[in-house]
Amino acid sequence: MKHSKIIARTGEWLGGDGPHRQIVVTSRVRLARNLKGKPFPGWAKKAERIEVLKVAKAAVMQLSAMEDAFSENLEALSPLEKQVLVERHLISREHAAKGVGSAVVMNASQSLSFMINEEDHLRMQAICGGLQLGKVFTMINQADSELEPLLEFAFHPKLGYLTACPTNVGTGMRASAMLHLPGLVMSDQMNKIINSVNKIGLAVRGLHGEGTEAIGNLFQVSNQITLGEAEEEIIERLNKVIETIIEHEQNARLLLLQRKPIALLDQIGRGYGVLSHAHSISSKEALNQLSVIKLGIDLGVFPESHRFPVDELFIETQPAHLQKGAEAQKMSAEERDALRATLIRAKLKGVPEPDTSKITIKPSEPQENDE
Amino acid sequence: MQCDVCQQKEATVFLTQIVGGKMQKVNLCEACSKEKGVNDPTGFALADLLLGMGAAQDIERSPNGISCPVCGFTQADFKKTGRLGCSACYDVFGDSLESMLKNMHKGSEHIGKTPASLLRNRQLDARIKSLQTSLERAVADEEYEKAADLRDQIRRIESGQRV
Repeated sequence: MKHSKIIARTGEWLGGDGPHRQIVVTSRVRLARNLKGKPFPGWAKKAERIEVLKVAKAAVMQLSAMEDAFSENLEALSPLEKQVLVERHLISREHAAKGVGSAVVMNASQSLSFMINEEDHLRMQAICGGLQLGKVFTMINQADSELEPLLEFAFHPKLGYLTACPTNVGTGMRASAMLHLPGLVMSDQMNKIINSVNKIGLAVRGLHGEGTEAIGNLFQVSNQITLGEAEEEIIERLNKVIETIIEHEQNARLLLLQRKPIALLDQIGRGYGVLSHAHSISSKEALNQLSVIKLGIDLGVFPESHRFPVDELFIETQPAHLQKGAEAQKMSAEERDALRATLIRAKLKGVPEPDTSKITIKPSEPQENDE
Repeated sequence: MQCDVCQQKEATVFLTQIVGGKMQKVNLCEACSKEKGVNDPTGFALADLLLGMGAAQDIERSPNGISCPVCGFTQADFKKTGRLGCSACYDVFGDSLESMLKNMHKGSEHIGKTPASLLRNRQLDARIKSLQTSLERAVADEEYEKAADLRDQIRRIESGQRV
């Protein structure tokens, strides 16, 4: 399958119907594996990397889930094509920087993807919509078990699966969920959440992982520990923490509805106004306003039928996705901002004005006055 | 207070970092702090520094420093990149890695998935061991028929394992 075909449709997870779909955008599990007796990609010579690539790619293509797979060597992809895969979380930013000796393989539904010769020989990922960490772990664990007879993995009797970076050694597993938390952000509770999550050995990061800003009220929560804790334990612990965060988010939304309905309606109304009338909008502003619209759908202010197009906009308004849709020569930032605004206006055309009756302001209960 | 690195000059830079709930402290003199890049907080982790100090002492002891006999990766490379060269590096740098892993993770031993083939071998090894104990006892008790049976069982498992 060609890159253009992969690009043409968004990943299966986007339209998915997993549990807690409103708050949990995606669940992902990634496993890092290396081949026995071969130097790790960062230290290997080019010829060694190419050799590993050949063996690993052939094995991955044999997996039952990889019929009709898309597979490409990194040097054969343009920077734009790579960036599109990054924006979809199918490859990492680090992998996109690689060339000869590295490759990417994914199934047609984009639920399973394999990075060959990223930091480790093999990094495999399963992704699903909603809170389904157990399911994605089963998916990727099965792929790993199917690869076992085909590839001999570097495994240490004491340390487990060996990885280039000691932070991944043991299970080689990183499980994460992408959460949409506008309620916690609006009620200034996010720092508290981040601090307490960090204390129990889990990490909270921005939209594109390590060192990135949390835009669009999107946060990734993931495990840090890979040694001394079994896969199922890690998943269970993470799952519990995420369920707690969901509860807090729901409470925060209820509290905003009760105590600050005007501020809430104002944000949603402004978001709707900006997105349906802007003629130039940055990626960051677009994501932040889309987040408010998404919240509006969750609260019933906008019809449920618009959930999918709005969710799609989160991906489609990213720079590389805009550029590839334009087919023209490289656009300037101004041209992209204009195109982004046009795209959003067109998609939001069918969305009716906010139905404010969903958020009731009781006149008997005076508003809390902050002044 | 003396500098932890050179053990000579007076320490003027005091660092405290909490990693995995454990507090680590390092005291450095100005020259050593500069050398270790402490002035650049972005690229700095105390664990690396502590690890690097061990390395520096080792390198002083042996003129060539520690390097992995399989891939040629050195401790200096590790300090620089934070990554290892190959799977053998984990044994080569094992001692200095251990404390780092303990701080980073929950203990220093893997609990979790093991490749099926290894798991099978491990179980068979354990089975052979127990059969051998029984065999020795049977010989000691002069139960030769039983001993022969046990010996055959061990041979069968061993030949199966090799396949």
